[in-house]
Amino acid sequence: MQIKLDSISHSYGDFEVMRDITLEIPNGKIVCIVGPSGCGKSTLLRFIGGLEQPSQGQVLQVGEPPEGCLNPLTYIFQDFALLPWRTVDGNVSLVLEDHGIKGKAAKAIIDDVLARTNLTDFAKALPKQLSGGMKQRVAIARAMAVNPAVLLMDEPLSALDSQTRELLMDDLVGLWERTPFTAVYVTHNLHEAVRLGHSIVVLSRRPGQIRDIVEIDKPLSDRQFGDADLDLHQKHLWNLMREEARAADAELINA
Amino acid sequence: MPDGNDASGPWPDKPQDKKPDAQAKPVRMRGGGFAPMPRRWVGFAVFAVLIGLAEWGTRAGWISPLTLPKPSDVLATFGELYDSGLLFKHLAPSLSRLAVGAVLGVSAGIGIGILIGLFSYIRAGLVPLVAAIFPIPKIALLPLFVIWFGIDEASKYALIAFGTFTPTVVATYGAVDNVDRTLIRMGQSFDLSWFSIVRKIVLPGAMPGILSGLRVSLAIAIILLVAAEMLGAEYGIGAYILQAGSLYDLERLFAGVVILSLLGVIVSTAISAIERHLLGWRT
Ligand SMILES: Nc1ncnc2c1ncn2[C@@H]1O[C@H](COP(=O)(O)OP(=O)(O)O)[C@@H](O)[C@H]1O
Ligand SMILES: [Mg+2]
Repeated sequence: MQIKLDSISHSYGDFEVMRDITLEIPNGKIVCIVGPSGCGKSTLLRFIGGLEQPSQGQVLQVGEPPEGCLNPLTYIFQDFALLPWRTVDGNVSLVLEDHGIKGKAAKAIIDDVLARTNLTDFAKALPKQLSGGMKQRVAIARAMAVNPAVLLMDEPLSALDSQTRELLMDDLVGLWERTPFTAVYVTHNLHEAVRLGHSIVVLSRRPGQIRDIVEIDKPLSDRQFGDADLDLHQKHLWNLMREEARAADAELINA
Repeated sequence: MPDGNDASGPWPDKPQDKKPDAQAKPVRMRGGGFAPMPRRWVGFAVFAVLIGLAEWGTRAGWISPLTLPKPSDVLATFGELYDSGLLFKHLAPSLSRLAVGAVLGVSAGIGIGILIGLFSYIRAGLVPLVAAIFPIPKIALLPLFVIWFGIDEASKYALIAFGTFTPTVVATYGAVDNVDRTLIRMGQSFDLSWFSIVRKIVLPGAMPGILSGLRVSLAIAIILLVAAEMLGAEYGIGAYILQAGSLYDLERLFAGVVILSLLGVIVSTAISAIERHLLGWRT
């Protein structure tokens, strides 16, 4: 299943947020979207997942989601969005219950996704007992449980410290290597973008427009912390963004 | 090892016996507080001291018996009440009025509160109505309830139910407003049904606010119990207090008041227990 964005523009009243965005999310690839803050990245992601409608243009789903897919477009949120009153396994089971998956069948899925995210020992823990990194792993496990066709991630690592971020990036790469998934990964962190993106979409400041799309051919598993070629990509991206970021920053002060 | 003579350290050697540096003093502590901890015995101590003072004052004579009855006499009255079996004759109807009235009022209040919290039109229509009803002293409506529901139990249930309804509604829709919207978006993004979102996300998320509203509503229910028993009640704690009051029988009056206070403490303790059980997830 692929996602196509067909000339999407959007305004909140007179407030133009993005302009004419056309983009394809190919099957089995991770597309990173970077851009200065306020340029409409989160809004765009809400359009892709059907949580909001753009004023112009449309989001198209090409092809049917694969068999066994419970929730084709699945989010991972920056602030984890775990139910604090449910244990780790309860949080995963939440998204299965509405599909009538209960008892043994649910337990099999929950055990599998918790094992894949190294959370087996924490199944009965409450979110308040977990570190930020662990909470985001639970959110990833929950997303895996519904077997998504496309993962939509909105700054999933931005609430974490940089060491935990590295660990979780390794986890994400590991999960992708096992079963390649399609993902849209929104971030303002260029380092994350060059580690995880097969292609990186650079947005201009608000109103967000596509400035450039950078492809990185190196396989995800070969990308390491501090690789020289990745650093070059990161520098290139920063050069593209620097002026935009400065202008966006000044704009926020004036507003 | 408290060594002042570590010559390898970056600071010059400073012998211990020298008088402390005039310029060195401990940093002033400014943190702490604002975090109540459980201190069970303090509550009992406050009661004990107040009752002890009253007993001492009435015995020593600097509190006249007309001002305050002797706590030991109140206790004796209470004992008589218990021995004669009248205590339960009064308690049973009161407790059932309280239970029926409060259950009706609280469940209607939670239901309507959730609807107000979730639907714009219901909110726009009912919030002003609730604001108009809230400040009415429900006691003033007792005659109306008697006309509507008769002099029997039904009017008493209605009064207590009506009195607990409004504070519950206000607490509930406030609590629903405070439920984390990102959790609701999360539910929608996983395609949970509307009903699942309400039951599994909105309700538990609003529970802390609903329970603290319950504390207020149940206290109001106890207050209204006495009012409800003003008319046409032979038995009941309220009736007992009102009889004693009209005779200026202070011992019996206080015995009745003590029962109401105990009821209040029991209800509050029960809610705390429920909170501990249901809200253990809170940080
Ligand atoms: N529901 C909304 N109503 C009005 N303005 C909004 C709304 N959501 C976002 N915006 C505005 O749209 C712009 C883009 O927001 P967002 O997509 O969150 O940016 P980003 O995620 O790239 O930082 C911001 O200026 C924000 O204030
Ligand atoms: Mg954002």
